[in-house]
Amino acid sequence: MADQTVVTRADDTAAASDDRLVVDGLDVRVGLVGLLHDVGFRLGAGERVGLIGESGSGKSLTALAIMGLLPDGLVASGHVGLAGTDGNLLDAADVRMADLRGRRMSMVFQEPMTALNPLMKAGDQVAEVLAIHGLGGSGRDRDRRALELLDAVRMHEPELVRRRYPHQLSGGQRQRVMLAIALANEPDVLICDEPTTALDVTVQAQMLDLVVEGARDRDASLLFITHDLAVVATVCDRVLVMYGGRIVEAGPVQQLFTAPRHPYTRGLVASSDLDAVDAAGRLPTIPGVVPAAGTFPAGCVFRTRCERATEACAEPPPWTGQYDDGHACIHPYGDEPVARDPEPRPDPRPDPHPEPGVSEVTS
Amino acid sequence: MAYQLLVRTATFVVTVVLASVLVFAFMAILPGSAARVSLGVNATPEAIARVEADFGVDRPLPVQYLDWAGGLPTGDFGTSYVTRRVIGPAIVDRLLVTTWLVGASMVVALVIALPLGTLAAVRHQRPSGTVLAGISQVGVAVPSFLAGLLLIALFAVKLRWLPSGGWTPPARDPVAFLRGLFLPALALGLVQGSVLARYVRSTVLNIQREDFIRTARSKGLRRWQALVRHGLRNAAIPIVTVLGLQLSVLLVGAVVVERVFTVPGLGSLLLDGVANRDLLLVQGVVMVLVVMILGINWAVDVLYTVLDPRLRARA
Amino acid sequence: MSAAGDVVDATGAPVVVADESIGDVNWSLWIGAALVGLVAAMALVSFLWTPYDPYFVDVTNRFGGPSPTNLFGTDQFGRDVLSRLMVGARTTLFVGVVSVGVAGVVGTPLGILMGMAPGWLHRVLLRGNDLLLAFPALLLAIMFAAVFGPSTTTAMVAIGIGTIPVFARIARSGTVQVMSSEYVLAARSAGRRGVRLAVRHVVPNIASLLLVQASVSFAIAILAEAALSFLQFGTPAPIPSWGLMLFQAQSVLAVNPGLTVWPGVGIAVAVLGFNLLGDGLRDRFDPRLAGHS
Repeated sequence: MADQTVVTRADDTAAASDDRLVVDGLDVRVGLVGLLHDVGFRLGAGERVGLIGESGSGKSLTALAIMGLLPDGLVASGHVGLAGTDGNLLDAADVRMADLRGRRMSMVFQEPMTALNPLMKAGDQVAEVLAIHGLGGSGRDRDRRALELLDAVRMHEPELVRRRYPHQLSGGQRQRVMLAIALANEPDVLICDEPTTALDVTVQAQMLDLVVEGARDRDASLLFITHDLAVVATVCDRVLVMYGGRIVEAGPVQQLFTAPRHPYTRGLVASSDLDAVDAAGRLPTIPGVVPAAGTFPAGCVFRTRCERATEACAEPPPWTGQYDDGHACIHPYGDEPVARDPEPRPDPRPDPHPEPGVSEVTS
Repeated sequence: MAYQLLVRTATFVVTVVLASVLVFAFMAILPGSAARVSLGVNATPEAIARVEADFGVDRPLPVQYLDWAGGLPTGDFGTSYVTRRVIGPAIVDRLLVTTWLVGASMVVALVIALPLGTLAAVRHQRPSGTVLAGISQVGVAVPSFLAGLLLIALFAVKLRWLPSGGWTPPARDPVAFLRGLFLPALALGLVQGSVLARYVRSTVLNIQREDFIRTARSKGLRRWQALVRHGLRNAAIPIVTVLGLQLSVLLVGAVVVERVFTVPGLGSLLLDGVANRDLLLVQGVVMVLVVMILGINWAVDVLYTVLDPRLRARA
Repeated sequence: MSAAGDVVDATGAPVVVADESIGDVNWSLWIGAALVGLVAAMALVSFLWTPYDPYFVDVTNRFGGPSPTNLFGTDQFGRDVLSRLMVGARTTLFVGVVSVGVAGVVGTPLGILMGMAPGWLHRVLLRGNDLLLAFPALLLAIMFAAVFGPSTTTAMVAIGIGTIPVFARIARSGTVQVMSSEYVLAARSAGRRGVRLAVRHVVPNIASLLLVQASVSFAIAILAEAALSFLQFGTPAPIPSWGLMLFQAQSVLAVNPGLTVWPGVGIAVAVLGFNLLGDGLRDRFDPRLAGHS
């Protein structure tokens, strides 16, 4: 993995040899309102990284900014670098980004109901991404390749599905078509934005397998966006936690779920653990709601909902640790597991009975 | 899909028949005899009776209706009580003129609306977009006959570039035909173009925000490529609806604009008929206009089915 | 937004959050209301005062240009254009009010009935309404003129009847929406039906739709009346009507094209006003549609 000597993310902009995607100091704003602030992370070759957080934390915006697909009126600044291409993708013209999209990096969106063109047959939509990038030979070759791709995402009766229009497909089938499109040109980076959220529970697991398999078989780096911790645990090696348009904690899956350091991560983990009830039998949840965009407090963005917040949190907390294993909190928890006691503990002691493994975390 | 087309066509035919009943019934409620009206107040009872017998208006209404409606499919609209001439050929002649006028103004409207509306949508957050939207809003408020008067004042009276009215058949003199067609088509097209531009703008705005356009871009299409390849056909569905409505509005607008430019179309025929109290003629022209409007609606329905696979589903 | 001072952006600097009530003024509504108000004021003032008698013919002062005595000039009979314009506003609004009133009063209950009718009847009535929509108000008014002879009353009634199916359609679709909503299902399961259900639940919920439609129909009625008067099937001379003023201006277009200007501006301002008012009302009642017009 990347350079372990780096302490602060901002100091390090040069991509290590096997980094596929480098995001650094990414800001997104609309008018005067900041939506993302100093977002930075890296994707190593073949690495699978989860990006988690509640709705409105800025996960999707991060993905769209990387792809150069931000809605009109939103402006991104900072640095996004893709291995094998020069310069900052945020400064690249639409024509250059278009060449990268669907070939070097591709994306699966959350809403399978609206993400496909309703007037175009599924097979044609897959074949189109081959045609755009001049790959796949003749029209007939592309059709055959599209069929193979539909088959590769384990579509039943692909021959039938490719001649269907989106409205004739189920949500799961549509999302498979989306994945086939995204994987068609063997991308280096695959971004999935909550690809299973809109699907039936029974279909979700199959879809997750397909995503992991698809990325692994093509040695693609995966950025997997979700609010579901159980999903992250099954799919990813490493996790980034987002809140209020910032990354507040990063670390390996196992460590982040068993010993979260940032109070927000801790809250997320606690609220996803159905076994953890407090003395009154309630689920411990994070108090309050995510503020509207642009209304986050100055300093630490989480301090209005944080049980550990002090006067000092009015200053923006510096990043502590390494870029791929660290946090932005001046009152972090130690290595103790997630507290079942909802009372704040100013002086936490190690728990003699560590939490069970990550795989048992349910949502 | 064939079944859908069949159902729509059958509905169209039934609606046309009902429309003919309505038109006939409306004209039949005229107080007093049509013959008396057409002969004037000084006519003798004998003359009236003779005329009524001549035109068969002394027969029961259902018989008269069947006689009239039965002739329609073959282009037989009966014989005028006033001019004593067969109405059919006149209607066909005039229909051709009106079709030229409406067709040309539709082209003018599209030429104005498609680029203007798209531009206003793409630039909706910039002042130029707001200005374009404002212009089209004002254009909507100008009646076509007023636009016609202003165009005559400018191009015919002041600049003397184009004739202020009249009509030359295209076969006789193509240049004179085009010169005569230009101003009336512009008068109708300018106004309808403004209406259409507003729909194009909102349709393009909505399409731009569609998820599948973002998907198309994520596949490697540039912004405008995504709009053209994936947006146009989707945008066509709402725009076709409006185009259908517009054609109907243009047909009615042509009635007035033909009067302004003394174009011998269906509208002039209708107005002359009203002025001469030539009720059978009025009845015939109204019927033609209504059938054309219904026909446009039918065509829009059919186009829908062709454009949108979601509507073909139920078979 | 009162909390604007507390809001800070990501860099910690206070920001001004775009306040909807400041950044998004409903311009359509206010400009539309102002234009409609202008026309209404002209009409109202004309009852009490006009610069001259609008019917006073002064052959010594034909085609008078704008002057301190005749602000908008005089026509080919030497009549004061401003005075005729003001009385013309009266005609325009009167025709609009009556025809939209007729259409609304008849069309709305028809549409509600249609919306509450059982399936097959609903479909039959809908088809019938579609058939009536194929008779545009202007065409219907010309037919009326053919049968009953031209007059302002004929024009108003014909335009009104021609607009009935428009109101019926909008009332129907609103009713269908309301009838399938949860609270109406609840009211129906509580035994409320028929007229009481319509009056209690349907009418208040489609009122805003109808108001928007009324504003837009008003604009269309003004256009139709102007066209009819222009064709001399509407308001008969010498009563001032903007459409008739345009007709009279056409005959002297070669001599004095300026006479088309003021009645033309009058029609455009009135139509623009009602269209904008309609847009503004729709944005006001349904913010989701804002900016999509």
